[in-house]
Amino acid sequence: MSIDPNLQRRGFLKCMTWAGTAMVWTVAGGVPRSRLIGSAEAAGNDFTFVQISDSHLGFDKPANTNVTATLQEALDNVGKLPNKPAFMIHTGDITHLSKPAQFDTAAQLCGGTKLTMHTVPGEHDILEEDGKSYLNRFGKGTKGDGWYSFDAGGVHFIGLVNVVNLQGNGLGSLGHDQLEWLEDDVKPLTASTPIVVFAHVPLWVVYQDWGWGTSDGAQALSYLKKFGSVTVLNGHIHQTLQKVEGNVAFHTARSTAFPQPAPGSAKSPGPMVVPAGELKQYLGIASVKLVSSKAPLAIVDTSLAG
Amino acid sequence: MNEMLEPGGNARRLLLRRALAAGIIVAIGSHKAKAAEAQIVVDNFTFSPTPLNVKVGTTVTWVNHDDIPHSIVCPTLKVKSHPMDTDESFTYTFDQAGTYDYICGLHPHMHGQVVVAA
Ligand SMILES: [Cu+2]
Repeated sequence: MSIDPNLQRRGFLKCMTWAGTAMVWTVAGGVPRSRLIGSAEAAGNDFTFVQISDSHLGFDKPANTNVTATLQEALDNVGKLPNKPAFMIHTGDITHLSKPAQFDTAAQLCGGTKLTMHTVPGEHDILEEDGKSYLNRFGKGTKGDGWYSFDAGGVHFIGLVNVVNLQGNGLGSLGHDQLEWLEDDVKPLTASTPIVVFAHVPLWVVYQDWGWGTSDGAQALSYLKKFGSVTVLNGHIHQTLQKVEGNVAFHTARSTAFPQPAPGSAKSPGPMVVPAGELKQYLGIASVKLVSSKAPLAIVDTSLAG
Repeated sequence: MNEMLEPGGNARRLLLRRALAAGIIVAIGSHKAKAAEAQIVVDNFTFSPTPLNVKVGTTVTWVNHDDIPHSIVCPTLKVKSHPMDTDESFTYTFDQAGTYDYICGLHPHMHGQVVVAA
């Protein structure tokens, strides 16, 4: 790809978004720096994985009347990544209404990538079967409401559930049992182990008025203080947001289904209808790369546009 | 948009919606409502009216007008509704006087209250 060095950076980024090119976020010394990458640069043998989120299979309202097609497109983009990811993470709201057919479609489409998919439930995934609609399908072999951990590529991955038994404080909640489990889970790990935590609702409070946060998220993070590299991946808010605090990088992924408004920019966080032809700029995937064990991981957000 | 210029059907629906939103007991045409009824509308992630003031024995219906599902969770009554998708509803009859706070099970920042008088 050729780049005109005279292009203003701002204009350039905008142009690249339009072209659907990936943007890398490297975080070094607590300062996130974005840079654009060409596909050649991205290829390599680094350990990478992909995050997709909020596919809302079954949603058919004006914000996106074909969420199956946009999920398929996102998965096609995963297949085209120059560096084959080790696996996928889905950060919840796999389905819109927890219907068996919606879970089946998810399994079928995501299975087409031939990649293992690690999931956590969103509030839309636990609406049926007394809240067991998710556990009976995607949550087999997990603990409690669906939390678990595993190791891959030298990274310790922790999937948390913060959408069950929500209370009047309006926020996501992990609950006592899960927090105890988390504390025990990370105890034997050395401080140099890179940690990736993934959950549906943002673990930090993005916007209290819309319930975009987790009431006991700070307690969960307090158990991760000793680690040099902590990366937190969330969904739920259908847009990318990043924040770095010390050794912790927070990141929310786009939805593959429909966008939601920026915090406080609309009357409600409901699905945002965008002008025809612009939807794919708002949908996408994130691929995550392990750069060093001393800093959070590098995250590349790619929109479906282009 | 000028609501008066809307075709009859829509205007009627609008009026009805408005009446429902105001929590007015609705009796359409010649059919008299047998028991007291009231309606709460969900629009833009907001319950309206709230609080809703009713008498004991009133049947309350929540209707969702958003294009995202909501549900009704009332810990006091141990009530958990099914998810209400667009234009779906949930009905509950209040048999005891009291003040009942509820939230949406999917979006717990959504708060509502029904006050039931003896
Ligand atoms: Cu809701």
